Amino acid sequence: MFDTPQLDALDYPFRVDVIHKRKKSLKASLLKGGPFLDKRIAILGGSTTDEIKDVFELFLLREGIRPHFYQSGYNRYYEDGMFPNEALERFNPDIIYIHTTQANITNVPVVADSRDNVEAKLASEITRFASLWEKIRGTYNCTVIQNNFELPHYRVLGNLDFSAFQGGTHFTTRLNLAFAEYAQTHRDFYINDINYLSASFGLGKWHDSTFWHAYKYALSYDAIPSLAHNLARIVAAVCGKSKKCLVVDLDNTVWGGVIGDDGADNIKIGKETPVGEAYSAFQQYATELKRRGIVLAVCSKNDPEIAAQGFAHPDSILSLKDFAAFKASWDQKYIGLRQIASEINIGIDSLVFVDDNPAERDLVRRQVPEVAVPEMGSDVADFIAFIDRAGYFEPATLSADDLQRTKFYEANLERQSLQADIADYGEFLASLDMTAEIAPFSPKYLDRITQLINKTNQFNVTTKRYSASDVETMTSDPRTLTFYGRLKDKFGDNGLISAIAGTVTDATLHIDVWVMSCRVIKRDMEFAMFDELVRECIARGINRIAGYHYPTAKNAMVADLFSRLGFTLKARGEKGETEWTFDVGRSHEPTTRAIKVAR
Amino acid sequence: MTGEDIHSRLQAIFRDVFDNDTLVVTRATTVGDIPDWDSLAQINLVVAIEKDFEIKVSLEDLETLSNVGDMMDLIRTSVTP
Repeated sequence: MFDTPQLDALDYPFRVDVIHKRKKSLKASLLKGGPFLDKRIAILGGSTTDEIKDVFELFLLREGIRPHFYQSGYNRYYEDGMFPNEALERFNPDIIYIHTTQANITNVPVVADSRDNVEAKLASEITRFASLWEKIRGTYNCTVIQNNFELPHYRVLGNLDFSAFQGGTHFTTRLNLAFAEYAQTHRDFYINDINYLSASFGLGKWHDSTFWHAYKYALSYDAIPSLAHNLARIVAAVCGKSKKCLVVDLDNTVWGGVIGDDGADNIKIGKETPVGEAYSAFQQYATELKRRGIVLAVCSKNDPEIAAQGFAHPDSILSLKDFAAFKASWDQKYIGLRQIASEINIGIDSLVFVDDNPAERDLVRRQVPEVAVPEMGSDVADFIAFIDRAGYFEPATLSADDLQRTKFYEANLERQSLQADIADYGEFLASLDMTAEIAPFSPKYLDRITQLINKTNQFNVTTKRYSASDVETMTSDPRTLTFYGRLKDKFGDNGLISAIAGTVTDATLHIDVWVMSCRVIKRDMEFAMFDELVRECIARGINRIAGYHYPTAKNAMVADLFSRLGFTLKARGEKGETEWTFDVGRSHEPTTRAIKVAR
Repeated sequence: MTGEDIHSRLQAIFRDVFDNDTLVVTRATTVGDIPDWDSLAQINLVVAIEKDFEIKVSLEDLETLSNVGDMMDLIRTSVTP
């Protein structure tokens, strides 16, 4: 009975009985993993939150995040956040989660209300929440996650409840839209969409009157894992732990049939049959993921030339150029997956692999446990739900870079072919006609800079993570020196791909953050950034730069960065962490000439 | 279902919820006998009983469950033979 911890209970579809009953042993076995990113999370509840907290913890641990919790008293969310609260200030939260539900709407309209009354009630409800959020932002300057509202349990007005201005359903819908508007205009504020979640779960199963009356839980026990999982996905996204790349198998995954046996003309895809239509729907879903910045790749046991013919099928929605990497061979799939990660230059833990074959899925899980492999069955009609509901690709925000990412990778393929033609690397760099824009952090780029700081694992000297609020603070703090870098070349705009932030004390600049996207590795961009940094130090009378490298499983790439830039090693710690120092002279000879810099 | 069947399944639930595979409960075992048996654990016990025995515990019955014997009696009367 206690032999294997059933961690797969936490995979979609969740096994709620196992989660609630065995949460202690699940937690113990998750804690054996690691390393963990520690986060202080305050839960301000409008109803009971204990079991939510426990299950939330399980999902966070599985994401590699170890939470430390503060819980408000029962239904004290408003008082706890709004009024001076020494305990919460001492706790110093990274994240405040406000768990409010339909039960916490205080100004519910009644049938006798006039239109004006209802408007006043709506305004008062919005103001009550907005003032809480503003207060929290002012006092704790941390990430805020706020539930929107599930629809009411009962409809006194029946269907009119939705269309009449006094209706509870109508009122809830308007309130939810107001919350969305606030989220659109406020940084580091995220909506936990329980309106969608409860609908998807089934509103009738979401509400549980017995549990409400007995224990004051505003949702059923069975719904708690869905809520906790959704929350954990938001936190993971904020911490930069969302997946980046969807890798698909081919036969019976993106089309029906086996292309090598059946021939390219006979694969099932397109509007002719229900099965073909279902594969088209799946291809459409992958295409939409790609449009919002998820990289696509293929890993299939197939002959590469025959496999490619599938995408030339007239009904195929995906085409060959949609894929940043294409691995079709008879090798074991883990080999292809490793090659994909290395070609695209992302961590292997950023991959989600989908395959209709349970044996292949099992093998990949054993051989590369870092890769997420949904247990999605072998019916194409179910694939989308499994991928979508697992929330692998949850975006914290949508930056302009996300929408262009696919283009960056396409341009990279062209650059690689140019590089193959030119033997001398310096000549290759010169032929790229690179220009960089390097300047202090500015408000319009804060989302992208935050994203870059939190998502970058390889070119990242300290792997310190900062929330959007932290980054905003850096921008205005006179003791902080910041630079972002954008890079263009003749093949296109690479977007904002690097950031540096440091603190100045006693005429020394301590580099806290130095990250660069792997999209532009080996382009001399780090040298261009460094030249600007030194130039700024000279202008500000800073005479020393201190650099730090904290080794992680992924950032070996920058272990010698400071040495390459001419820093002197000052100290080496027990865990391999190094401290470097650079004396700033009166003038500075640029370390690269391959990039023209616009300031 | 015999009293023994109910007892052994209930004991397995207690062992899961308290993550203690040597825990032994009797009809007389009550809240004070198990240090972790607080109101939160009580909810988890009730939910696990509901799932395991496929029964629904009513709001009124919830208030009557103060020891293992009460639970066994409720299960016996709720389970359809």
